[in-house]
Amino acid sequence: MFDALTDKLQGVFSGLKGRGKLTEADIDKAMRAIRLSLLEADVSLPVVKQLTTAIKERATGDEVMSSITPDQQVVKIVNEELTRLMGGTNVSLAMSPTPPTVILMAGLQGSGKTTHTAKLARMLAAEGRAPLMVACDVRRPAAMEQLAVLGEQIDVPVHREDGATDPVKVAKDGIAAAKRTGRDVVLVDTAGRLSIDAEMMDELVAIRKAVKPTSVILVVDAMTGQTAVDVAVAFQDAVQFDGVILSKLDGDARGGAALSVRAVTGKPILFVGTGEKVDALEAFHPDRMASRILGMGDVLSLIEKAQQNVDADDAKRIEEKMRGGNLTLDDFLDQLRQVRKMGPIGQLMGMIPGLGQQSKMKDVEIDERRIDRVEAIISSMTLSERARPDIINGSRRRRIAEGSGTTVQEVNQLLAQFKQMQKLMKRMGKGGLPSMLGA
Amino acid sequence: MTDGSAEGALGAFAELFGLAAPEPEEDRPEPSRRGLFRRLRESIASSQSQAISPQLAGIYQSKMVTDDLWDDLEEALIMADCGMAATTDIVDALREQAAEGRITSGESLGNALTAEITRRLAPEAPRIALGDGPTVILVVGVNGSGKTTTIGKLANRLTELGQKVVIGAGDTFRAAAVEQLSVWADRAGVDIVKQGQGADPGAVAFDAVAAGQARGADVVIIDTAGRLQTQHNLMEELRKVHGVTGKAMEGAPHHVLLVIDSTTGQNGLSQAQLFSEAVPVSGLVLTKFDGVARGGIVLAIERELGIPVTLMGVGEGIDDLQPFDAQAFAEAIFSPASGGNA
Repeated sequence: MFDALTDKLQGVFSGLKGRGKLTEADIDKAMRAIRLSLLEADVSLPVVKQLTTAIKERATGDEVMSSITPDQQVVKIVNEELTRLMGGTNVSLAMSPTPPTVILMAGLQGSGKTTHTAKLARMLAAEGRAPLMVACDVRRPAAMEQLAVLGEQIDVPVHREDGATDPVKVAKDGIAAAKRTGRDVVLVDTAGRLSIDAEMMDELVAIRKAVKPTSVILVVDAMTGQTAVDVAVAFQDAVQFDGVILSKLDGDARGGAALSVRAVTGKPILFVGTGEKVDALEAFHPDRMASRILGMGDVLSLIEKAQQNVDADDAKRIEEKMRGGNLTLDDFLDQLRQVRKMGPIGQLMGMIPGLGQQSKMKDVEIDERRIDRVEAIISSMTLSERARPDIINGSRRRRIAEGSGTTVQEVNQLLAQFKQMQKLMKRMGKGGLPSMLGA
Repeated sequence: MTDGSAEGALGAFAELFGLAAPEPEEDRPEPSRRGLFRRLRESIASSQSQAISPQLAGIYQSKMVTDDLWDDLEEALIMADCGMAATTDIVDALREQAAEGRITSGESLGNALTAEITRRLAPEAPRIALGDGPTVILVVGVNGSGKTTTIGKLANRLTELGQKVVIGAGDTFRAAAVEQLSVWADRAGVDIVKQGQGADPGAVAFDAVAAGQARGADVVIIDTAGRLQTQHNLMEELRKVHGVTGKAMEGAPHHVLLVIDSTTGQNGLSQAQLFSEAVPVSGLVLTKFDGVARGGIVLAIERELGIPVTLMGVGEGIDDLQPFDAQAFAEAIFSPASGGNA
């Protein structure tokens, strides 16, 4: 449905191969493709106009006109302009020199404020800080309950006042409680509303005045369309937020809202939410976001995930085994688990350029549950079976199938595939999966 | 805010479900439409930041049909999140009318625009027909779209229409989701079937349908956990919940409603596509519609998949869920705000 800009531009420029020079009309065609691509990514129209003007100016220069690969030149320019508009490098969260640091969370209903309050608290706790969350959403049924449950999950205390109706009082009490109990960061969760209405803004402004936050963070749903600008401007006018968390970026939304918010308010995107689990919060990287908006995948994030989650020594050990063709099922299980630590496989595939497009993803859908079953099958084998799969005869296969809750056919399939892989490894001798992951 | 329009709204709900209208106190032509339209206009007039108004003003004030006018029209549609394909379709259709001499001024273009959108989205009643025995409605959508709230309001309306409702708390994942739905069930005065957080949502759905049958309910509404449409496992789980519901009662669920937030951009199309692949989505619920969030994505979805909009949420109160009204929707987005009755 959404073709990457690269594909579109290739289409525009493919007829020009060998002609050597671009005309004004060719550039106009390319600009239309860029405009469409940005609009499909939900970049707001005024920002698209501003961008295409800047891009066109550069694209009519010599670097493109006389290039043998004009499509790549144009993509490079677009990428640079997007990255520039999103503010270059990533920005980190400001901490107050005199604790507690107070962070006020704001956003529309359903944007993910409560979840991201908890994610941020967890991240800060992991950095060695002592956060306290304050439940000021007195409107949505069970919102305080939700924060309390999340607090338990991440082992961060929550200040809540059941039956409270005045969020300003709850916020003040929360800060006082933090001071009393020596917590150095206070995260204040507030009520979300339908779009922007005066009452909600008044409430936010009142809380802001009362608690004097170090930072106000606006949570913006990555799936937001053209409205993102209206929302950002309204929050900017009323509460002057300092940074943005872009939530729900684990889906297939291109996230053009990030660009719109940044371009219109000048406020940096601090973090992106990439899943429902409380640890799914990552630093924001403008260059990667630019690639994503253009539908070009996110190889850098993939490499970073691999580096974070794969133990280099382990990888080296396995690589050596592979070269010798001595890989055991135990090693295989290890590898599988390491890769899975990086996140859902489908999400990883989405980061690979070209695979991210859902039309193409359909053919390579990864069923996580099949991988669960592979794990179960190997786990049901004895250590000697894992080391020497050749000894697994019919009765052992039946036992393994029963133990793992699978079928003999599935066990057979796995063993056959493993044998195939071993053969392949021997033949390759060098440069297998681990070398790709480990380095 | 419960003026005369509330009765009318109830009548519109009766139509939506194919039920006999509640005893009308007086005969008013299309009271619900007027009521809903007024509400929408009020909310739009009160929202200061109307990014789309310069384009609309440009359209309605123009005496002649000029090139600028077509540009304004295209921009207005794009900024309402209609998406490029639906926008191009609509602009082309109107250009054709102009070529035939049927559009001669900006104002007639504006009127033709709302008529065109109404034509594309106009409802065929009843959209959520209730049958014999419990009619089972499965409610699905991405995180934060407003499923739980929609269910609470829907249950309330059905109760007002004399229907016995059972709710199944199938969002067993999100912290406190069951509690949130329980609060709504209390407010609407309906039964709720629930298990603890982390319980199997399929089992909850099965129990809810079984309870609905045992208790002689007219409608069973099943909530599900929010999930992004790209999460393959969770979409598989949804498929399973759908299947289990069918095992509890043949033909169930009778309706699958996909809840979409009005602020959603082009990703809404992907939501509709991938949810439809997992379960047979029969209708959309457009939530949080207040004029700033314009919800034009339903035009893109209609164009691509032909899924009709059944309901729209226009506010936070328990009465603020309304049967979708294509004309009110079109006028709310594309009439010039300055002409509104603030």
